[in-house]
Amino acid sequence: MKEVINFLLCGVGGQGTVLASDVLVHVGLAAGLDAKQAEVHGMSQRGGSVSSHVRWGQKVYAPIVGLGEADILLAFEKLEALRNIKSLRPGGLAVINNQAIVPLTVTSGGQKYPTDEDILTAFRAVTERVYFVDGERLAEELGNLRVANVVLLGALSALLEADPALRGAALSAETWMQVIGERVPARYLELNRQAFLAGRGAV
Amino acid sequence: MSNCKPADCHLLLAVRSFKITVFSNPFSSFGPAVLPYSRKKEFPLSLEKMLSGNEAVARGMWEAGVEVASAYPGTPSTEILENFALFPNVYAEWATNEKVAVDVAVGAAYAGKRALAAMKHVGLNVAADSFMYASMTGIEAGLVIVSADDPSMHSSQNEQDNRNFAKFARVPCLEPSDSQEAKDLTIAAFDLSERFDTPVLLRLTTRVCHSTSAVELGERLERPAETRPFPRNPAKYVMVPANAIKRHPVIEERIRTIAQFAETFPFNRVEPGDRSLGIITAGVAYQYAREVFPHASILKLGMTWPLPAGLIRDFAASVERLIILEELDPFIEEGVRLMGIACEGKSIFPMVGELDPFVVRAAAVRAGLLPGPVSEATASLDVSALPSRPPVLCPGCPHRPTFYILNKLKVPVNGDIGCYTLGLIPPLSAIHTCGCMGAGIGVAHGAAQAGSPERHVAVIGDSTFFHTGIPALLNVVYNQAPVVTVILDNRITGMTGHQPNPGTGQTLLGKEAPLVELEPLVRACGVKHVRTLSALDVDAIEKTLKEYVKLDEPSVLIVQEPCALLPEARKKWMPLEVQADKCNGCTLCFRIGCPAILKSEELDEKTQRPKALIDASLCTGCEVCAQICPRDAITFRPDSVFVEKERA
Repeated sequence: MKEVINFLLCGVGGQGTVLASDVLVHVGLAAGLDAKQAEVHGMSQRGGSVSSHVRWGQKVYAPIVGLGEADILLAFEKLEALRNIKSLRPGGLAVINNQAIVPLTVTSGGQKYPTDEDILTAFRAVTERVYFVDGERLAEELGNLRVANVVLLGALSALLEADPALRGAALSAETWMQVIGERVPARYLELNRQAFLAGRGAV
Repeated sequence: MSNCKPADCHLLLAVRSFKITVFSNPFSSFGPAVLPYSRKKEFPLSLEKMLSGNEAVARGMWEAGVEVASAYPGTPSTEILENFALFPNVYAEWATNEKVAVDVAVGAAYAGKRALAAMKHVGLNVAADSFMYASMTGIEAGLVIVSADDPSMHSSQNEQDNRNFAKFARVPCLEPSDSQEAKDLTIAAFDLSERFDTPVLLRLTTRVCHSTSAVELGERLERPAETRPFPRNPAKYVMVPANAIKRHPVIEERIRTIAQFAETFPFNRVEPGDRSLGIITAGVAYQYAREVFPHASILKLGMTWPLPAGLIRDFAASVERLIILEELDPFIEEGVRLMGIACEGKSIFPMVGELDPFVVRAAAVRAGLLPGPVSEATASLDVSALPSRPPVLCPGCPHRPTFYILNKLKVPVNGDIGCYTLGLIPPLSAIHTCGCMGAGIGVAHGAAQAGSPERHVAVIGDSTFFHTGIPALLNVVYNQAPVVTVILDNRITGMTGHQPNPGTGQTLLGKEAPLVELEPLVRACGVKHVRTLSALDVDAIEKTLKEYVKLDEPSVLIVQEPCALLPEARKKWMPLEVQADKCNGCTLCFRIGCPAILKSEELDEKTQRPKALIDASLCTGCEVCAQICPRDAITFRPDSVFVEKERA
């Protein structure tokens, strides 16, 4: 496999990027790899743009991912996906939640939220591997908006299994579900499993 | 799913709920959000290995036998004490400020118990006086001061490099580069402290504090349980001039001895490689060195003050080109240059902002250390032109009405440090200065004394008022300036994630504490014009502020409402809605800057302006918009209970 796999997760404060990155770092470990994770706490979490970094590899040194070095961009919100596009390496994988959270600079400022076409065109210039996932809609169908992030993780898991760069790592749906299962109360396990599978089926 | 509680449902991540903090349990690395008033009682016993740097420091403290710890919350240091407090049989507290925290730790260390004070980098400015005398006196048991620096100012007003404080105070500085070292160097710091009778500065940075990596755990060092008699040794502990003048040579000799020790300190190590390039590095920059220059020879310093001159000389002699890779100041570089050794550092790498692998690689290519080109920027898009998404006051934030009124009154506002600094963001735009904790009241007083033609309003939060606001208010009273001080009292330290303070009625260890009321305190300071109002009562706030800005004497308005994100407040969330037939698109409600108020696609027929729309998943029902709506178009939804349930 590639020496190190770099993930950049981004979204809006409160969407749970920090928690999703925690799942991701532990999946890396469960797959038999070294892994590190980095995030920023504090002011930016008051509804501002947030990002966190996860790295998997045989040996990982730096905890953060530099510009143009992310193999995978996992975006929880569309504008934030675009804001972090320069992190993605050419040909990298972009998994984007099909959700817009309109910032105040658009509602009461006069700035314009990018169209889906703007976003797709920008990503297409970097990579062919762009996937939009209806995380919010699929979660709603399962009866709880809060599992949208697990839907996204499900989609990511399916795409990673097919990634030749990760050949050799013990990645499977079971690995993911085990990590997730260790982190939810038993009574929500089934809901999370369904959300995860819905995500896997969405890509 | 409707009865799922946030604390036990942490993987069902709220789509747009503003969960601010993950107050994590160090040994369940996916810790549930433990909220104030429900401090997690159990302590971690399982030996999980993925820890953040802050969790690792807390673990190291416990393993080192630390018994007393004090801190003031500040990003990126806050989780150190939060996690240490979860261990059994330890004393941990939130102090009112960093200076007090250091004095508390010093007192415990004088009394023979291992002790630690933690703070963010600028907290050490507040605590500098205490830090300096502690160096002069030394201690009876280990004393460690943690400074969590914030390169790139993710959550700070500056990016000062606190290694300079170690040199300034003649105390050793240890710098971990990952979580394992954060734990190991915490333990080493206590040994060093006792061996050389000195406080030790443990310097972390954001990327060490908030990065997670594997840690081997150890056992707690059992220390003598009995408390020895407090030392009566005035020659050492009473720093009157006659004693201090005798202590100074002692600490100069001490730092020379430690420099000798640094030569064989196991965390200063050479990792031999290609001799054509040698890199001296420390902290998280070491990780970037290993990543970007996999073949170079590396001298990795775990102690960055004092520097091991012999080790550095030998290393320099063994390589052809010597570079220093460090974040922020050329601190190691200057030390190496003073030894008469040629090296390069800040001529190659930036002095501003944090490093990352891309920044280091790009700088190395420019300097000819690596073959080019730098990896091309992948996207040509100008991302700076995208709509920005600054942090904003949350929906339901009780600070909002005060800033709405201050904006309306067009007065100069001297702000302070906390969530409420976000009163700066348009459309509220009602903060005109903000420098550091407790500065606002003094700045307002100074401007008033300088004859500033307008009435100055100082705005400060409850925790910041307890921190350094009280002396500044006393100064306003004593020297009589007509400053209006507004204390935004939400009963909690909000920005750093809901730490209790003297106004909360609870301690870090979850014990009940006397609840300090602000109005009697302010009156006792000598302020005659004092009023306490609900922070959400827009009209009353406006009326009082209009009255106070006309006074020729100091006045204080206390506005009280709990932070809207506290569990008790969350239970009362009840979303509002806009009656579209009543709304005429006047846009007044957009001026309070509430993220829950959106522009509808429906235009008013007459004005052709968009009507307002409330996002029920964000609205808490604070009714501030309803109070200012001239057409009474904003009301509670008939089904509001439904949304509240879904969130619960």
